[in-house]
Amino acid sequence: MTEASIQTTPLHALHVELGARMAPFAGYDMPIQYPAGVLAEHLHTRKAAGLFDVSHMGQALIEGAGHETVAGFLESLCPADLLNLAPGRQRYTQLLNENGGIVDDLMVTRPPGANGALRLVVNASRKEVDFALIRQQMPPAVRLTPLAELALIALQGPLAATTLAGLAPGEGIETMAFMSARPGRLAGVETFISRSGYTGEDGYEISVASTEAEGFARMLLSQPDVAPIGLGARDSLRLEAGLCLYGHELDETVDPIEAALAWSIQKRRRVEGGFPGAKRIQGALAHGPNRQRVGVRPAGRAPAREGTEIVSAEGAPIGIVTSGGFGPSVNGPIAMGFVERAHAAVETPIGLIVRGKPLSARVVTLPFHPHAYYRG
Amino acid sequence: MTETRYSKDHEYVRVEGGEGVVGISDYAQQQLGDVVFAETPPVGKALKKGDPAAVVESVKAASDVFAPISGEVIAVNSEVESTPGLINEDALGRGWLFRIKLADPNELTDLMDETAYAGFLKTLA
Repeated sequence: MTEASIQTTPLHALHVELGARMAPFAGYDMPIQYPAGVLAEHLHTRKAAGLFDVSHMGQALIEGAGHETVAGFLESLCPADLLNLAPGRQRYTQLLNENGGIVDDLMVTRPPGANGALRLVVNASRKEVDFALIRQQMPPAVRLTPLAELALIALQGPLAATTLAGLAPGEGIETMAFMSARPGRLAGVETFISRSGYTGEDGYEISVASTEAEGFARMLLSQPDVAPIGLGARDSLRLEAGLCLYGHELDETVDPIEAALAWSIQKRRRVEGGFPGAKRIQGALAHGPNRQRVGVRPAGRAPAREGTEIVSAEGAPIGIVTSGGFGPSVNGPIAMGFVERAHAAVETPIGLIVRGKPLSARVVTLPFHPHAYYRG
Repeated sequence: MTETRYSKDHEYVRVEGGEGVVGISDYAQQQLGDVVFAETPPVGKALKKGDPAAVVESVKAASDVFAPISGEVIAVNSEVESTPGLINEDALGRGWLFRIKLADPNELTDLMDETAYAGFLKTLA
């Protein structure tokens, strides 16, 4: 990606005005951190409400004659049960290649009242690949429309619900179910709201017209408990929450079972198959994957970064760290990585080769920081 | 009398007699962001100028600290290992990393003084 072709989001000028340190991410010039810094931004999100610009992500609409047509088509590419996705609900799933490897991970939402339309949110770095794959596979009765004129703003943290509800009193924003979505008017702005996010906290992702995005973001930032949060803290928050990031935990060689995402494949699909790589994935479900994504807790204070080799207690290579750093809420180093199945059990002692020396560590359960999703 | 000199890698050495106190510059700590881990070299280690000597890590990234000057490590700042944030708060003071016995004071002339370093930082902006 050359500098000349770098893209910006509708909030770019606002980030600069807020003093953000900007850097290229997935082809976009994005805020890495604001003057408060990654630690403060991370901790603010865990105790109040953080505003994230995620407009670089790809939003799109898939339409066709009836839910069965559209969901049926998407089921030919994804292992989630989308036929039984109720109006107003959303699901996390993966686009798969013919080997069952993950082309991308995404959110699929059936808008309330929709019968023949699904909204997608895909990763910024993968949207061209995703849209090309969908277009290549879709039957004439289905069409894909990228929603490039929409911004996406996440509001995450324990005070996100009261903050957002205050902008639309009586609309029931605070009682929306986790992983539900609907259109809504917030402080006079037409939005599409989902109760979801990628921080492990309660929160919302709000889709809004690009032209209204800056005014909307400024209005949110003027609320007492809201602070802007950069991609640095977004990464430490999702790592503490044990969530995968494409290009780190996930790529085209990794299948959903290895990635410990079996929970995102509903029973009907496990039994029926009918998605790319079904044979490999059903085999891994039945017999266990050869390698598996695990949480890793280094014993000392030294973080183990992405690419760190993981060895067994005896020193044999068994895997690699895919995301690693410091968890501000955990107040210590944390990592995720892939290890051979024989070493994947919780509490297995392992070693991490950091700067040429083995550091002791152990396999731990994910997440590192408990999820605080809204459960009614 | 003390004098502080800087490397192009943003280490400083504050010269006190025949000894030098080494750390990272204020610019370096700002670029790094919140420091969450610091590892100092063992006391007694003989460092050659340019050797990796210490490690400082922020939430996102690890960075090697190179010896700006040759010599033997004679003391380390254990406080910075337990409270790495000191490097952000006071990089040139309580955030020092290690103390070195200068092997060759002539090496100091290869480093920048305050004025030269300030000029160097302007070229990075």
